[in-house]
Amino acid sequence: MTSLKHADLAAVIADTHTREFLVFSLGSEEYAIDILKAQEIRSYENVTRIANTPDFIKGVTNLRGVIVPIVDLRIKFHLERVEYGGQTVVIVVNVEGRVVGVVVDGVSDVISLPPEQIKPAPEFSLSLSSDYLSGLASIGERMLVLVDIDKLLTSEEMALVEKTMA
Amino acid sequence: MDITDFYDTFFEEAAELLEDMERHLLELDIESPDPEQLNAIFRAAHSIKGGAGTFGFDVLQRTTHIFENILDHLRRGELRLRRDIVDTFLETKDMLQDQLAAYRNGSEPDPEAFARICQTLQQMALEELGGQGAEVAVQAPAPIPAVEPAPSPEPEAAGAPAGGEGAERLRVVLLGVAEKDRELLIGELGHFGGILAQGGDVQRYEVELATGESADDIEAVLCFVVEPEQLEIQVLATVPQALQAKEAGESTEAGSSQVEPAAGELSPPVEAKKTPAAAVQASAAAAPQPGPAASGKPPANGNGESTSLRVPVAKVDQIINLVGELVITQSMLDQMLGRLDGATHSELVNGIALLQRNARDLQEAVMSIRMVPMDFVFSRFPRQVHDLAAKLGKEVELVTVGKSTELDKSLVERIVDPLNHLVRNSLDHGIESPEVREAAGKPRTGRLTLSAQHQGGNILIDVIDDGAGLNRDRLLAKARSNGLAVSDSMSDDEVWQLIFAPGFSTAEVVSDVSGRGVGMDVVKRNIQSLGGHVQILSRQGQGTTTRIVLPLTLAILDGMSIRAGEEIFILPLNAVIESLQPRSEDIYAMAGTDQLLKVRDEYLPLLPLHQVFGIPGARTRPSECIAVIVQGEGTRCALLVDELVGQQQVVVKNLETNYRKVPGVSAATILGDGSVSLILDIADLQRLNRRQSAARQERAAAIEQELMLS
Repeated sequence: MTSLKHADLAAVIADTHTREFLVFSLGSEEYAIDILKAQEIRSYENVTRIANTPDFIKGVTNLRGVIVPIVDLRIKFHLERVEYGGQTVVIVVNVEGRVVGVVVDGVSDVISLPPEQIKPAPEFSLSLSSDYLSGLASIGERMLVLVDIDKLLTSEEMALVEKTMA
Repeated sequence: MDITDFYDTFFEEAAELLEDMERHLLELDIESPDPEQLNAIFRAAHSIKGGAGTFGFDVLQRTTHIFENILDHLRRGELRLRRDIVDTFLETKDMLQDQLAAYRNGSEPDPEAFARICQTLQQMALEELGGQGAEVAVQAPAPIPAVEPAPSPEPEAAGAPAGGEGAERLRVVLLGVAEKDRELLIGELGHFGGILAQGGDVQRYEVELATGESADDIEAVLCFVVEPEQLEIQVLATVPQALQAKEAGESTEAGSSQVEPAAGELSPPVEAKKTPAAAVQASAAAAPQPGPAASGKPPANGNGESTSLRVPVAKVDQIINLVGELVITQSMLDQMLGRLDGATHSELVNGIALLQRNARDLQEAVMSIRMVPMDFVFSRFPRQVHDLAAKLGKEVELVTVGKSTELDKSLVERIVDPLNHLVRNSLDHGIESPEVREAAGKPRTGRLTLSAQHQGGNILIDVIDDGAGLNRDRLLAKARSNGLAVSDSMSDDEVWQLIFAPGFSTAEVVSDVSGRGVGMDVVKRNIQSLGGHVQILSRQGQGTTTRIVLPLTLAILDGMSIRAGEEIFILPLNAVIESLQPRSEDIYAMAGTDQLLKVRDEYLPLLPLHQVFGIPGARTRPSECIAVIVQGEGTRCALLVDELVGQQQVVVKNLETNYRKVPGVSAATILGDGSVSLILDIADLQRLNRRQSAARQERAAAIEQELMLS
C-alpha cells in the first residue's frame, strides 16, 4: 500500500509543465493515468458482488470504512486473460469527488512526460473510445496509452455514476 | 488576521440571538411582561447591533438600532405591550434574519424592505409613545443641532459617550491577544469612547477608556473577536467632566461623519436623520442607569461557549467511521484469538476482552454525539403556531412535552417537514374557531400538544389536538367520491388511513394553509422513507392524535444477516415478521412463473433472492430454502434464502457516496471480517422482482409467438 504525495508532485508540474503519469499494465499493453488522480495502490482483496451490474464492475469493497466500487478495466477492455494473482493490484483513484478502485495487472512505473512527447490519440478502438484517451506517448520501444480516467469512469457506459449526475 | 475571518462567528451568534429573541417574544405575557424577558430581547438586539457595527453591516446595524430604541422604551415601561406590537417585533426579527442572510451571502439587504421596516417601527414609536415619542419624531427633521451641543447627546451609532454623567473610566485588559488582533480591538474600543492610555505586551495589554457604554456591552462586542477569558474589564472611576467633553467632541466628528453618508444613500432622507435623533433619546435615557442589562448577566453570546463546542457534522461522521473500523479490527482480533489456546494466552484473552468493552463504549459515546434533543425541532413551532392561529382566527395554546428526548441529527432535519404538515393540519382542520368551541362546551383556546418520547429503539412523536376529530362519515363519503374502495363496515383505523391516500382532503375550503390534499400522503411517504410509520387516533369532538414512530438513528440498524449461495445480506429487522421452512404442498404456482406460499390462510408471493440477484450456487427448490416473511411498504412476501445467519446491529454505510443506487439495496455495511454486505430494501426488492418477472413473461411470450410464426 503506497500513499503518494500529491502536493510535491503538483509543485514539480507547475514548474516544468511536465506531467507525471502512473504507468500500469493490462495484459501486455501499457496504459498510464495522471498520477494526481491516483490516491493509493492496494492489493486486490475480495469484493462484494453487486447484482444486476455489468461484469466489469466487480463489486464494492471496504476502504477504511468507506464503501468503494471496484472496476476491472481488463474486462472492460475485453482482454482475454483475466486472472487475480499476487501481481494484481487496485489503483484507487479520485474522480470528481468519488473514490473508485481500478483493477489492473500491475503498476510498473511513474514517468514524467513533457507535452511534446504526448501525441493525439487516433480513433482506433471499439472497446475504448478515443473520447477517454488523452493521447499516446512513446518511450523508446514502449507505447503508452494515456487514459483520461475522469471521462472514462464518469461515462455512461461505465454505469458507475447515476445518469442524472453524469 | 483579517476581520472577515470572524464573520462566520458573528453570523452564527447573531442567528442564535435572533432565535432567542423570537422565543422570548413568543413567550411574552402581553398583560404583564416579565422584565427579565424584555431585557433579554433588548440585549439580543443590542448585541447584534454591536457586532453589525464592528463588521460594517450598516443596514443591519441601523435596523437593530431603531428596534433597540423601541425595546428600550418597552423595558422601561414607557410603552405598553399589545399583541400587534409583538407581531411587528416578530416581523422585525424576520427582517433582521433576512438581512443577516443577505450579508452571509455576500450581498446587500433589500433596501426597500429596510426602509419599510424602519418606517413601521418609527410609526409605532410615534403612535405609542405619545409625549416622549413625539420628541423622537419632532426632533427628527433637525438632527444636526441635536448633535451640536457638545458633551451630551451623541449618536449612539458611533458608540460614543452618551451623557454628561454616567461616563466611566474603564480599564480593558487583553490577555494573550496577538498584536494584529489587538490593533483591531483597540480600533473597536475607540468607537466606544476615548482611549486615555494604553500599554503592555502580548500577555497583558491594558487600555484605559472613557465611555458611556457599560462594561458588559463592550465585552459583548469584543467577544466577536476574542474569547471571554481573554478579556478583563475593570471600572476605574468617573471621567472628569472637561476631559470627557473633549473626548466627546472628538468622537462627535467621527459620529456625524458616519451618519451623513448614510443619509445620502437612503431614499427618504428624513428617516435616516431620525435615526441619530432616536439614538439620542435612547442612549441619553439608558446611560444614567446601567440597567438590568448591564448589571448581572453576562452577554448572551458568551454563555454557552464554555460548555459546548461547534463541530462540523462531517468531522463527527469521520470519527464514527473510524470507530466503526476500530470495532471491526477488534472483532477480527477476537476471531484470531479464538484459534489460540485460551489457557496459555489468558493475559491476551483478558486484554482483548477489555479492548472489546472499551471499543463498544467508545462507539456508543461517539454515536451519542450525533444525537440532538427534540427541542431543535419543537422550538420552530411556537412561532408557526402563533402566526397560523392569528391567520386562521383561532386561539391556540402550544404545549411541548419531552423536549429533551434525543434523536439522530440527520433524522431531525428530515422530520421537520412532515411535522410541519401535521401541525398545519391540526390548526386548520383540527382545532375549531373559538365560537364553535364555546358552542361545543370546550374552552375557547384550543390546545396543540407536541410530544416526544423514547420507546425501545424508537422515538414516538405525537401531534395532539383537542379539536373536532376526524369525521368518519365525511371521510367515507369523500373516499367514495374519489373512487376508493370503501365500505361502512371498515374499522375506524382503516378509515383514518384513508387520509393518507394521494389527493385526499376533507377540507371544505381549500386555504393557503392546508387542504389541497397533497399533504398527508407526502407525510406518510417521508416517514416511511426514514424507516418509520404514522398512526392516527381520533375521537369525534375530542381531537386527533397523529403519532410518528421512527427509529432513533439512521446510522445504526438492527439487522438479520441471511445467506444465499456464498453471499451474506442484511435484512432490516423491522421488516422481518417471521421465518419458516416452507413445505412443498404449501407452494402454489400462479400465472406460470410466479409462485405463492400459503402461510396460515394467507397467500404470499415468493421472492427468491437468488433469482432476483442472480446468485450462483444457492438453493433453488423452495422447500429446501428458508422463507422469511417480510413486509415492505405494507405488502408482504416470502423471501427465499439459504440460511439465517444471525441477528446483529450494523453500521449503515452509504453506497451512493462513491457508487450509485443499487436496485433492491438501501445501503451497505461492513461485517466483522471487514467485508462489505448489502442491506436489502424490501419494497424495492419487490419492485425489482415484479419488473424481472414481467420481463421474463414478455420474453416467454415473444418466444411463443416466434414458434407459432415459424
